[in-house]
Amino acid sequence: MLARTMLLTALLLVFVVAVQADGHCDDEIGCVVLAPDDPVTIGVMSALSGPVAFLGEDSVGGVEIALNRRGRTSLGREIELITEDSLCNAEGGQTAAQKIASDELILGVVGTSCSGAAASALPVISAAGMLMISPSNTSPALTNADMDAGGLWQPGYYRTAHNDEFQGAMAAEYAMNELGAASAATIHDGDPYTDGLQAVMARTFGEMGGDVVFQGAVNKGDTDMTAILTEIATNPPDVLYFPIFEPEGNFVAAQSQDIPGLEDTILMGADGLLVAGFPAATGEAAIGMYLSGPYLSSDDYSAFLEEWDAEFGGTPPSGFHAHAYDAANILLDAIEAVAMEQEDGSVVIGRQALRDAVSATEGHAGLTGILTCNETGDCATGEALGMYLITEAEVNEGKWPPDVIWSKAEAMMDDM
Amino acid sequence: MTQTRTVSRNKLFGIPLPAGHTGVDLIISALRIIIVALIIIGAGNTLLEGRFTFEQWLALLFAGLAQGSIYALIALGYTLVYGILRMINFAHGDVFMAGAFTTVFLANSFRQSGFLDSQPLLAILILMGFAALVSMTVAVLLERIAYRPLRNAPRLVPLITAIGASFFIQYTFRGLFGSGFKAYPTVAFLRGTFSVGSINVPIAQLFVFVSAIVLMICLYWLVERTRIGKAMRSVSEDKEVATLMGVNIDLIIVFTFAIGGALAGAAGVINGLFRPQGVNFFMGFFPGIKAFTAAVLGGIGNIPGAMLGGMFLGVIEAIGPNLVLNGLGIPSANQLKDVIAFTMLVLVLIFRPQGILGERLSAEKA
Repeated sequence: MLARTMLLTALLLVFVVAVQADGHCDDEIGCVVLAPDDPVTIGVMSALSGPVAFLGEDSVGGVEIALNRRGRTSLGREIELITEDSLCNAEGGQTAAQKIASDELILGVVGTSCSGAAASALPVISAAGMLMISPSNTSPALTNADMDAGGLWQPGYYRTAHNDEFQGAMAAEYAMNELGAASAATIHDGDPYTDGLQAVMARTFGEMGGDVVFQGAVNKGDTDMTAILTEIATNPPDVLYFPIFEPEGNFVAAQSQDIPGLEDTILMGADGLLVAGFPAATGEAAIGMYLSGPYLSSDDYSAFLEEWDAEFGGTPPSGFHAHAYDAANILLDAIEAVAMEQEDGSVVIGRQALRDAVSATEGHAGLTGILTCNETGDCATGEALGMYLITEAEVNEGKWPPDVIWSKAEAMMDDM
Repeated sequence: MTQTRTVSRNKLFGIPLPAGHTGVDLIISALRIIIVALIIIGAGNTLLEGRFTFEQWLALLFAGLAQGSIYALIALGYTLVYGILRMINFAHGDVFMAGAFTTVFLANSFRQSGFLDSQPLLAILILMGFAALVSMTVAVLLERIAYRPLRNAPRLVPLITAIGASFFIQYTFRGLFGSGFKAYPTVAFLRGTFSVGSINVPIAQLFVFVSAIVLMICLYWLVERTRIGKAMRSVSEDKEVATLMGVNIDLIIVFTFAIGGALAGAAGVINGLFRPQGVNFFMGFFPGIKAFTAAVLGGIGNIPGAMLGGMFLGVIEAIGPNLVLNGLGIPSANQLKDVIAFTMLVLVLIFRPQGILGERLSAEKA
């Protein structure tokens, strides 16, 4: 009996010592302890395969450049990047998040690419005590904490992408105030992203006194848009807003040319179509089309593009590389701020402390503007949005990006 | 089996049925009536409302026929392979992609050099030949590497292999040409319209339709009138007897894949001239599914059936949502165009389980 008690006591002692050697973790959701030779590990969840694989390519490139600029080291250690394919759907997000969550060394994740993937990845990441910063989720639901109203927010979610509430409203304001449109039609493709964006645009346009004459949808994979365009042509709108992706967006734009009745309708898309190949791949129909999207103009961004060209060749394939760059920097800044060096050379990072540090991000001067995170993880303010106009130069001469003819930030300045 | 039939023959939910009817018969009859009634009500409402003009309906019809021609050309590949091997080659959509994606680069260099504008017809023929060659190579390799070793395996094995091969082809081409979207150049002479009285048909659509018909007639002639066609038909009829008659089965099967591949490649270029945008490694997936549907609709294994099924599907997709769903007051009708297409598939199959032109397969063939 005595021997047993002594054994138990001894075991307990060993355990206590082990915990102490672990470095006094008093974080409520746990700590990551980096042994002296462990790297600083961060994850990326992106669409690396499937039809929007370019989104993943774009984001991973942004993260890589952020790491390069930091010499690929943090806390005096090498930074290790774990990349998982989250596709652009719920299953992909789930799988990628499970893989990330099973690696206890991962501190935080940059991702996902698509809102649909984030919706299923977030519960896993949140339960694992990790955090994710998305460079391109724009669905309003993700930073809405009101579950009864369809909110999906959970602790540990952040994004540097602009909420669709900003972009959809901007499209409506621009159509009405700058283009003088009185009526609008919208097309989405069933994706929560495109549906949400067109809904915000239509609602704002209606509230401003405009007439929303048609709200419809196509399917991903459709190539023939004659049917829906013919239906729209029965009551032609001043503006046709289709915040969808390639290739469906190319088909809508190109085929709208051949539909009698739509000759005077102004075409307007969103950042899903703000892709380097879009004008050339659409042809003449794209001339005069407006695209809303992230607007980046700093000198630092020009330097970024040069580094991109040197590293990967060419220009980034989509519009969220700078957001991914900012996301990686916010994450690494937070890691460096909360890391506690131990005497034995190990480093302890509290998971809640890390979330708090990201939440406390204020006035972060990123490539996409000044970022300040609110309590539900929206770090972008919508000021880094602009309206692009596609001209002949983009279609025929390969000019990219197109000129920004109006920007939210400048309009806000004018109002003041 | 016998038991369930006896039980269901006389009663459904306790209600006695007319002699000689099963519960399944009754449900299918009810389904037929409901679907037909919905179509009539929907179409009637739309036409009475008069929202679309006659010209708009015609424009939809022509667009549907052109789109259907593309489906039909791809569907031929499914039907040919099914006719010979009784297997569904689910990678066939990607064979189509292989030709279309590879040729887009040649097409754009033809445009830059001015060849496409100075000799459009010759250039298009060269492009079609090139795409046919690429797709043919992919199809033949597919048969040799993925299907031939499994020819005597249970039937589900090559089916799963086909799905794997489909991914393999897609991501090989992604590796080769990247994940971005490309576009075919627009050809000047295809941009205009062809007018008869007050009816205007875009020349591009006419071009698609005519080239598809020409290719299909060539194929029909090949299968019905040539020696190798006769050998193909004999292999389709009974492989063992064909072997005894001195037919080289392997050669015929490779030839079938080659022909199907060549048609898919040509369809890739025709599609590119008609719908220039959206060329990327994933472009074969949906047309593949649609073409498979078209092949089933027309009666799988039957060549004129695949043509008819493709045209029918294309027209239904173009006209169906506006004609039927709008009349039924369903919002976002166009998003449901696949519902219309597949409802039509169900409708055709409950009236004619073997497809529009299909023959009832004997137990041995099926």
